[in-house]
Amino acid sequence: MGSLNEPIRRPLTLDVSGLPSVAFGHRNTTWLANVFYMAIEAMMFALIFAAYFYLRTRSTNWPPGHLPPSLTYGAVNAVVFLLSIVPAWWVRKRAPDGDRRAVRNGLLALSLFAMAATGIRVLEFTTLNCRWSDDAYSSTVWVLIGMHSGHLVTELIETLVLLVISFTPKMEGTRLADAAINSDYWYFVVVTGLMIDFLIYGTTRFL
Amino acid sequence: MAVAEPIIANDQDTGESELARRLARTWRQPTGIWGWFCNTHHTDIGLRFMVTAFIFLLLGGILAAMIRLQLIRPESSLMGPDLYNQVFTMHGSTMIFLFAVPMMFQGFGVYIVPLMCGARNIAFPRLNAFSYYLYVGGALVLWGGFLTNTGPDVGWFAYVPLSGPAYSPGHRADIWSQMITFTEVSALGVAICLATTILRHRAPGMTLNRMPILLWEKLVISMAVIFAMPAVMVASGLLLLDRLVGTHFFNPAEGGDVLLYQHLFWFFGHPEVYIIFLPGAAIVSTLVECFSRRRIFGYTPIVVAVVATGFIGFSVWVHHMFAVGLPQLSESFFTAASLMIVIPTGTQFFCWVVTIWNGRLQLRLPMLWCFGFIFVFLIGGLSGVMLASVPVDLQVHDTYFVVAHFHYVLIGGALFPMFAGIYFWFPKMTGRMADPTLGTWHFWLFFIGFNLTFFTLHFLGLRGMPRRVYTYSPDMHWHWLNVLASSGVVFMTAGLLVFLANVIWSRRVGEIAGNNPWGDAGLEWAMSSPPPPYNFLHIPTVSGRDPLWEDPPDQPVVVGLRDDIRETLVTQSLDADPQHKDEDPGPSIWPFLTALTVSAAFVGSIFTPWAVPIGAPPVIVTLIGWLWPRGQSPTPRPGGEAWVR
Repeated sequence: MGSLNEPIRRPLTLDVSGLPSVAFGHRNTTWLANVFYMAIEAMMFALIFAAYFYLRTRSTNWPPGHLPPSLTYGAVNAVVFLLSIVPAWWVRKRAPDGDRRAVRNGLLALSLFAMAATGIRVLEFTTLNCRWSDDAYSSTVWVLIGMHSGHLVTELIETLVLLVISFTPKMEGTRLADAAINSDYWYFVVVTGLMIDFLIYGTTRFL
Repeated sequence: MAVAEPIIANDQDTGESELARRLARTWRQPTGIWGWFCNTHHTDIGLRFMVTAFIFLLLGGILAAMIRLQLIRPESSLMGPDLYNQVFTMHGSTMIFLFAVPMMFQGFGVYIVPLMCGARNIAFPRLNAFSYYLYVGGALVLWGGFLTNTGPDVGWFAYVPLSGPAYSPGHRADIWSQMITFTEVSALGVAICLATTILRHRAPGMTLNRMPILLWEKLVISMAVIFAMPAVMVASGLLLLDRLVGTHFFNPAEGGDVLLYQHLFWFFGHPEVYIIFLPGAAIVSTLVECFSRRRIFGYTPIVVAVVATGFIGFSVWVHHMFAVGLPQLSESFFTAASLMIVIPTGTQFFCWVVTIWNGRLQLRLPMLWCFGFIFVFLIGGLSGVMLASVPVDLQVHDTYFVVAHFHYVLIGGALFPMFAGIYFWFPKMTGRMADPTLGTWHFWLFFIGFNLTFFTLHFLGLRGMPRRVYTYSPDMHWHWLNVLASSGVVFMTAGLLVFLANVIWSRRVGEIAGNNPWGDAGLEWAMSSPPPPYNFLHIPTVSGRDPLWEDPPDQPVVVGLRDDIRETLVTQSLDADPQHKDEDPGPSIWPFLTALTVSAAFVGSIFTPWAVPIGAPPVIVTLIGWLWPRGQSPTPRPGGEAWVR
């Protein structure tokens, strides 16, 4: 290495002017941040799952003195979650092609699914057959489903904001990439939702 | 290395200085009070983290001095048990959550990492600024509580059932819980920023295999933060729910379990030790290389050791719970895992020693602090090996032996490297050298004071003096050892005063430093001191692990980034090949406003669960304000811009 103060006579250069200015999928930095964010949230869910099974070892009956949560709304919501994957997948697939119209329609459908899931979730709370202050089991069930509802509402708001943006000219390259990342996050909400369904509807009946 | 100014002395001079002018205009941060809250540049935010954390080091130090003053004689009535409980809880909470992590991980990381990567700013600068304000919010909540006689009094770990609704009425424990939420969200935000910067904004050519060890360590720590901090948020969150809305997670009468809290807390708590220590080790690796004037010995073993520490750190938490009556098999497993941590730590030690041994050592001021670290941390590590053994642990559990051990580890692992790092990067941050004579006084005063206080505590522990008890009887014969331990505080305080004087003095009239006063190899020394708002005139490229030592003078620089918008370069995670261009979102008031609304919701939820539904809409509004696209580009993007799928 020469001294920093030496003049550089003919600096060699690496010209990046031709590089793209919008990246989709794993190349996008926001995609990476979203992965980290999901890792944080997944860790929180995993720890509460662990707490659920830990507390289960502290009780002879499970659920202790309650009927398991009623299946109806949980099952309906699981179907809604599974179907909602279709518009999320569609947005993710069409965004890199710059198909603004398809993305807008996909976001619209996804918003409707998210609203439906949120509405059914409200009904789910009424049929859990326990109240959070009853015992540790009930507390865990409420916190699990409550935390997931927080994610659901967050995702609903994010999708609605993207939907509004999609009606404006601002829905250009970077925003389309954001819409695709939003779909990744929706997948996360669906997967964690199904896992929680298995936990509170399944393990209370079959395990 | 062909980067930054002063750069061209021939016919290109005009072009280069014109470029510098344009970049300075584009990357300028707003000024004034309003501008202060809009600033999103990593050097400014990094310095704020460091200065704020240092203030809390001083406040935590004052609390420590109060503790030592109380214990200087038996049956002291200086403090009653209630105030004493608050003081030692505040001391621990302040030092861990408001000083050690914000200083060692956030402060140094945010300031140094983008410079070392060769980037113009940190990734997600607004999230970074938001994280700073949230950290300040948490600090104000904790200290606001203490100053209004509502300081937490349940220990820095707030074990249930003591911290539960039955034994801690009032809001003291709630304040502790929400302070955790504030500071951990802050650390998580910075972890995302740093990990993304390291993986995506490295200079072309800086493959993983050429990445400075400091960047490796920051990456590993960011991952540790991402996987460990959720555990303490879950623990403190469930505690808050138990206290606020009557859930029963930790209430054995209703099927809850108090040990669940300890498991959740220490699943965070032990990785936390490495989150605090690894940044110190990162600083030492950097400095040992620089002042030994040779490449670090054992780059690969050190990197493997750092990664291994990150993993093993997650499998030792139960050694904090040996005294609670767990099955012997699990105690044996965690003893083995705890002893295993010696292997990677020892690897790093031996590599440093060999580097110094085979180098041409320059015993400059920062290196003196590194030697202090090696000495102090080694003692802390050895008493750690003793404590990993269950019988020894049971014998000295909850005595001052444990206090001595973790102060050797944490002050050795964080405070000594911190001073080494501050003296090392002081010229980069301020443009002036810190005074070495005052710095040497600072070192010896602090080193002697520290050992006087904490080495003595080992003996007090072995003689059975328990922690967290506000006084003791004269029959215990602990008096003179306590006098000795407390006398060290005088030296440490004097050392800190000398340090503050040095900083104030040297910042004004210290010797002008120039770009690279230590002749170090890292990219952070390739621009003027302090760095301009755009960091690098040209994004550099590198062809070796020690760019400023190895790269030829005609090492290529990156051209083709626009200078009229804040364009940045994104490179591949593994090979750092240029991939696409991105745009820095620039200064904004919204991160600050969002931090205000989030803080309001957090503080409100100390008192009522309704703070969540009432506090959420303002948070949503500010978040939308933050993220709403505003045509950040002064010129419209070309219709047919190139995309990469």
